[in-house]
Amino acid sequence: MAPFSPSLTGRGFGVARGSHARQATLLPLTLALSPPKSGEREHGQCHMDFPGLLAQLLNGVQYGLLLFLIASGLTLIFGVMGIINLAHGSMFMIGAYVAYLVARQWGSVWLALPVAFLGGVLLGLVLERGLFRYFYAREHLDQVLLTFALILLFEEARSLIIGNDFYSVPVPALFDFSVPITAGFSYSAYRFAVIAICLALALALFWWIERTRAGAIIRAAAEQPEMVDVLGIDARRVHMTVFAIGTALALIAGVLAAPLYSVYPNMGDGFLIISFVVVVIGGLGSVSGAFWSALMIGLVDTLGKAYVPKLAGLAVYVLMAFVLIWRPSGLFGQRS
Amino acid sequence: MLPRGSGGIVALGLGAALLAVLPLFVSSYYVELGTYALISAMLALSLQLLVGCTGLVSLGHAAFYGLAAYTVYLVTPANVGRSILLTLPLAMLVAALAALLVGALSLRTRGFFFLMVTLAFGQMLFFLFHDTKLGGGTDGAYLARPLLAIADWQLPLTRRQRPYAVYYVALALLTLMYVGLALLLRSLFGRVLEGIRVNEHRMQALGFNTYRYKLAAFVIAGLLAGVAGHMWAMHRGFVNPELLGWHRSAEALLMILLGGLTTLHGPIIGALAYTALGEVAQSITERKLLVEGLVVLAVVIALPKGLSGIGQLRIFRRTAATAPTAKAGPAEARADG
Repeated sequence: MAPFSPSLTGRGFGVARGSHARQATLLPLTLALSPPKSGEREHGQCHMDFPGLLAQLLNGVQYGLLLFLIASGLTLIFGVMGIINLAHGSMFMIGAYVAYLVARQWGSVWLALPVAFLGGVLLGLVLERGLFRYFYAREHLDQVLLTFALILLFEEARSLIIGNDFYSVPVPALFDFSVPITAGFSYSAYRFAVIAICLALALALFWWIERTRAGAIIRAAAEQPEMVDVLGIDARRVHMTVFAIGTALALIAGVLAAPLYSVYPNMGDGFLIISFVVVVIGGLGSVSGAFWSALMIGLVDTLGKAYVPKLAGLAVYVLMAFVLIWRPSGLFGQRS
Repeated sequence: MLPRGSGGIVALGLGAALLAVLPLFVSSYYVELGTYALISAMLALSLQLLVGCTGLVSLGHAAFYGLAAYTVYLVTPANVGRSILLTLPLAMLVAALAALLVGALSLRTRGFFFLMVTLAFGQMLFFLFHDTKLGGGTDGAYLARPLLAIADWQLPLTRRQRPYAVYYVALALLTLMYVGLALLLRSLFGRVLEGIRVNEHRMQALGFNTYRYKLAAFVIAGLLAGVAGHMWAMHRGFVNPELLGWHRSAEALLMILLGGLTTLHGPIIGALAYTALGEVAQSITERKLLVEGLVVLAVVIALPKGLSGIGQLRIFRRTAATAPTAKAGPAEARADG
């Protein structure tokens, strides 16, 4: 569970290809805007300036939207099939490593998006048909252990194929610049792009779930699985679809995250647990709940890390505890 | 949950005797490994009170274990070990108090939510030690190990003898824990927990305040995890945030599943087997996690009742085995177990 520190330039550590000049011009700005280091705080230089706050808010939205991509798959998979999928974080990790490999081989992160989508659909189908379908009716404990074993196996596979080093992934050239917003403040174009792509995917997902026949069946399957069976709808196809889409979304989230956070061993762990917090706060099986709670968690976590770094790790969990005391089945969940 | 008849009790006694004479025959490396296995067994056994007995699957149990280890660290001044008579009760007390707090909140939820809430509280405590300088931060910290001492008198131990002493302390505590839990399960309290696992609504209809019973079980489980955590600190003299992490909690669940959900000795067997498995895997290959992952996968898929269910595998039975239809199967099987 290595902590990651989002850098404002949208570039992990390690210098991205052919951008030394830009790096140099950005440097002072980055220094001024980056979250104060603990050393600097002690000299009393910490004050909440407006551009800094704006940058953190944008970071929070961007982080929250990424979390939504992961959490929506989790919540759908649980809602429809009742599976607790701890290995969902590994899907995110695989996506990030796909981005790294594709960028290394073909020099473009963009190609990783279709690769990750198709790979995710395929992986989801294989896992659903090969393993998970035997566990739908098993107890939570068995599901937890199955998916925990999968985490171990995926991490070992990652270690065998790629190794245990940190790698940075270059920001796609198209977005490798900063967008000036006010005088003296600009924001990474890649992060804007991530926000836009995530929003587009979220909209597509909502449209699919709320407006199409397939989505209606999925909503019905989440609410009343027996009725869906009785109506003669093939449950297998519903399960396969949900698993494939959920897995593909997690892989895409991994691809988008790779240039921001680099890729490193066990990177799925931290995202997985925060995504579970998102699902719990949002209410199980509720995609719109996951959306709002992901934004909330993204903002709380990012602002917390920026302004109270010592307690930021706790903040999200404290928030969750309060939500659960107030509404034990999540903010958007149905009371049952 | 408990062994039936004289055969089971004899087997248990033999197992305990075997563990007691083990250090006479193996090198000190294996004594230390054995101590670690006994500590894991304590952790798994304490969790069994929740998982196997009450039907509450917690994914944050290691938090109490780690918290107890950190308590030992926090009450021990640098370089001067304190008496175990002080550190053990303190560690248990802190773990129990934390369990009371966490349990009171998380038991308001059930099923999936309970799992996630315990996970989140566990991570909360993890980050408390991970992000702050309370206990050495990310890297952890060394501590002076608790001493086997009463008041001013200290058991005279050489450096070579100490691991053996710690082994026997761990074995004694594990035995006490087993006997204590066995007695607890035979009492009305234990029967109520069993009733909650099988059908909570029925217990409520019978007039039991199930929330209080579950909370009591949660606190006892936390307290016993505290014993395990204390023994870790005493054994290794080192604490780090990973002790509280969810991987450790998941490992404890694995040990329970490996040994079997339906018995009280299952977690002990599971913990010993899991530690041995890790050791064997480490000696054969560098890919320890790969072996562990594959074994766990095989167990989850093929042996839903753990190693104790190995005799019921299809290949060992002539009759056409009807696979237990998921939910009904294990639950019913456990109801009379």
